[in-house]
Amino acid sequence: MKREEIRVLLMRVGGTNCDKETQRAFLELGAQADVFHINQIMRDKEKFLEYDALVFPGGFSYGDYVRAGAIWAKWIIAKLGREIKRFIAEEKPIIGICNGFQVLVEMGVLPAFNGISEHPEAALATNFPPGYNCRWVYIRHENHGNCVFTRRIAKNMVLRIPVAHSEGRFTFPKERENVCLERLIENDQLVFRYCHSDGKPAENVYPANPNGSFYDIAGICNREGTVLGLMPHPERAFYWWQQPDWTKRKFLPQYGDGKLILEGMLRYLEQKF
Amino acid sequence: MPSKKTGRLYIRKKLPFEVYEINLMNADDTELQIISRETGVGLSLDEMKAVQQYFKRRGRNPTDVELQTIGQTWSEHCFHKTFKGTIIFGDKEIESLFKTYIFKVTKELNPKWCFSVFEDNAGIIHFHGDYCVAVKVETHNHPSAIEPFGGAATGVGGVIRDILGVWADPIACTDVLCFGPLDFPYEKLPTGVKHPRYVYRGVTAGIGCYGNNMGIPTLNGAIRFDESYTGNVVVYCGCIGIVPLNKFQRQAEKGNVIVLAGGKTGRDGIHGVTFASAELTEESEEVSRPAVQIANPIQEEKLKRAILQIRDRKLASAITDLGGGGISCAVSETAYRFGLGASVELEKVPLKYGGLAPWEIYVSESQERMLLAVPRNHLKKVLEVFEDEDVEATPIGVYTDDGLIRVYYQSENVAEVEVSFLFNPPKAIRRAVWVPPRFEEPEFPEPKDLTSTLLNLLASPNIASKENVIRTYDHEVKGNTVLKPLHGELAGPNDAAVIKPLDDSWKGIAISCGINPNYGKIDAYWMAASNIEEAIRNNVAVGGTRIALLDNFTWGNPEKPDRLGSLVRACQACYDFAKAFETPFISGKDSLYNESPFGPVTPTLLITAVGIVEDVRNIVSMDIKAPNGLIYIVGETFQELGGSEYYVLNGFIGNSVPKVRAPQARRIIRGIQTAIEQGLIKACHDVSEGGLGVALAEMAFSGGYGVEIDLARVPVRDIIRNDFILFSESNGRFLVEVSEKSREEFESIMRGTPYGLIGIVTQSQHFCIRGLKGETVIDVSIRELMQSWKFGLEGGGSVK
Repeated sequence: MKREEIRVLLMRVGGTNCDKETQRAFLELGAQADVFHINQIMRDKEKFLEYDALVFPGGFSYGDYVRAGAIWAKWIIAKLGREIKRFIAEEKPIIGICNGFQVLVEMGVLPAFNGISEHPEAALATNFPPGYNCRWVYIRHENHGNCVFTRRIAKNMVLRIPVAHSEGRFTFPKERENVCLERLIENDQLVFRYCHSDGKPAENVYPANPNGSFYDIAGICNREGTVLGLMPHPERAFYWWQQPDWTKRKFLPQYGDGKLILEGMLRYLEQKF
Repeated sequence: MPSKKTGRLYIRKKLPFEVYEINLMNADDTELQIISRETGVGLSLDEMKAVQQYFKRRGRNPTDVELQTIGQTWSEHCFHKTFKGTIIFGDKEIESLFKTYIFKVTKELNPKWCFSVFEDNAGIIHFHGDYCVAVKVETHNHPSAIEPFGGAATGVGGVIRDILGVWADPIACTDVLCFGPLDFPYEKLPTGVKHPRYVYRGVTAGIGCYGNNMGIPTLNGAIRFDESYTGNVVVYCGCIGIVPLNKFQRQAEKGNVIVLAGGKTGRDGIHGVTFASAELTEESEEVSRPAVQIANPIQEEKLKRAILQIRDRKLASAITDLGGGGISCAVSETAYRFGLGASVELEKVPLKYGGLAPWEIYVSESQERMLLAVPRNHLKKVLEVFEDEDVEATPIGVYTDDGLIRVYYQSENVAEVEVSFLFNPPKAIRRAVWVPPRFEEPEFPEPKDLTSTLLNLLASPNIASKENVIRTYDHEVKGNTVLKPLHGELAGPNDAAVIKPLDDSWKGIAISCGINPNYGKIDAYWMAASNIEEAIRNNVAVGGTRIALLDNFTWGNPEKPDRLGSLVRACQACYDFAKAFETPFISGKDSLYNESPFGPVTPTLLITAVGIVEDVRNIVSMDIKAPNGLIYIVGETFQELGGSEYYVLNGFIGNSVPKVRAPQARRIIRGIQTAIEQGLIKACHDVSEGGLGVALAEMAFSGGYGVEIDLARVPVRDIIRNDFILFSESNGRFLVEVSEKSREEFESIMRGTPYGLIGIVTQSQHFCIRGLKGETVIDVSIRELMQSWKFGLEGGGSVK
């Protein structure tokens, strides 16, 4: 399909607050992008399936009460579960950013080792060191080609993108930690890891790893590579002037690294459909 | 409410719910005062007498709903009696501080770009095309002293609603906080006073929570420490919004429906305004706990979404926020503003729980509520918008044209007051005196080792990095932050934040502030002058032009003449210097009665500056950029160390408070603005707390390069000591990095102003300063400087 035919749906609910800038990025990239409150979507579920890609933007859905993303995840499974499953089965891409990542994990859509799980298989736990943390970090691309969003990003490429969250510590159940990690790598579901500016793994050292994530995990995809969740905000690293020290650089690229991820999704759609 | 002894003053009406008739008609002076105290309305005897007169004319007693309504409307918090009243100051009689000093600046300058000032919930100025910028800064001191998290969070929530209250989309928050010293000894804390560290953690968490949850970046701020804030924390919350003028509706009419939208109403926030207009005491915690509201930022986020849709579809005719005084103030202020009356049915107000008396419903300050005036033919559509966003909205009454506020509860008329009476309280007359305090100018020898002095200054609480706090505020959300509070990889302190709010324009908004209570200890006049200039300088340093100011006063009890005296001095300076710099005030607020068992707070004036950046691609950050860059200081250094961080470090206050020399400062500011516009400046930093030494260090370690500086080249007046040149806090100075090729052009622009080419950026990591006699007075690695600065405050910028 052509770029301008691609229809991206950004879903929101009370507390979602990064929808506008994410929509702006997709519009700038030449796709169509609509933001809808779930109340509007529920009025016409069929219309939901007409979209080519789905975005769960950042924010604090339902105030992040209980656990970050948990309430919205349960809501979606209950009211839109069938539609979401169809969406994934058709290999249409879904991206969850920050709170969106939390929602996808709580929904069991990520990592979904054996298809969508009834209970979450991982968690984005409270940061260590604890507290909200807003900072630019480096993440290294670790995927070997499975993730449809990052196929055009070179393996081991270092991207600079900001994080801002208090619950972003990626965790597997302690007793199955290593088994899960092996599967993640084996299935090529590992997408981004926090690292130093030179690409060396953060190895759980703060602040390179800003939240204490297991194995410095910043983003993962599902087995099929069509669902991506990540804590860093690509939409905040989209334009050159959003970069933290652009005033110092002599030559500026037109875009930031976040564009690579969002555009990757559109390129996949262009080729696949 | 009534005690046994005074029970006869209150007559319970024979109704199925709780309404009292207050026996005012026959009350004597003592009884009037008792009534004022027992009902918690906090009115003075003169005011109570005015109420009594009014009801005598009407031939009846007021109900509790009526008395409470009057109490709320006439409170210092809502009506600003001190700023609007008469002040006798020496042989001078000042009719309204506000009109005489603050508003006068704006009136005389009368800039075309001021759209609405001191009129709406926020000041509104023109920005770009059809777009205006709305700005408001509020204080939330007393609630934060009682309940730090909730007090600060609701402070942010309240000021965001002020912005929504002018139909603007909130795009940035600011916060300036003043605490007692974090290492204050526990054993010295009086009963009822919370430890500064507890207050600090709670307040900063509350501020972060609200802005982050709502998705509004917190971009600018400051944190100050002083013993006088130990019993009375100071919390300034600001918000900036953007509004297209063609969507700005304000013409409520007769027959418009009053729609209450947002959170439910409960007992949280009863008498918040009365509480704000009294001193804090040992019992405040117990007595005033209900005055602190409970925050729910997600509720306000939903409310915001709905309101912006209603604005864009032009479905409502007016809007106002519910803040101090709750429904009572919002309804009567709207009625007053549009020359209307109103009829309200209180039983329609959605409640959190049962059992509230009508007066409690009417004055409750429960959070996240807005009031809209909606033409009847749009009512259905408005309610649908709210429903779609999962926000409760209820019609609770209607605007009338008879100039009367009528309140009903279950069809029973429980209040009927004329709007004109509500907004004409008896004028307060207060006395002010000013006796300049005497602090000795200290005498001590110049230390041999200025390196350790500089390291200590960088680590001192007022100067050290606030990264630990700033990182807990989302300053990137919305993706429009062009210049961040922490700059670059090394997180240096930018002078101002810049935001680019419109997708199709390179125009930006620069937000900065000026606050220095240390100077206020010596003379509030020069404090105000310095704060104004500092806020402007901070703004200019990043590329701000066409600057507007906001004034926020936090003072002690204005009924005490000495407190009021320094307030008058500060207001005088506000007029003198805002006028001189041609920077109008567009909004402001005063918080008085900031006293605790420790006495009054140090007079604290916050000046917030909002500037326009014509093209954000030209902004300048404070980090030095490249080796061989030339470093200039522009402006003269005087021996002005009174209230300086250097004196404070040595245990003194001193008397030589920095002055403001407006004509010269204006020339310098204009020069810097021109040089930035022409792209000649690579780095620019305002010189303030900690003087030249600290500003230079910040530029060096933020840029990652060393410098070589010669103090003999600094333009000075009457200073012969290296430490004084390095740490004097004279106003009117900027540090600037210029590349060799721009040297001539820069110097020709700055001709006629005092400047000195004081050094050069080096490839090395050494921070070297030579003294007046050519001797090395400071030699230290920039890494060491950075470590001191980063980890000075409670362990600093890394792991908490």
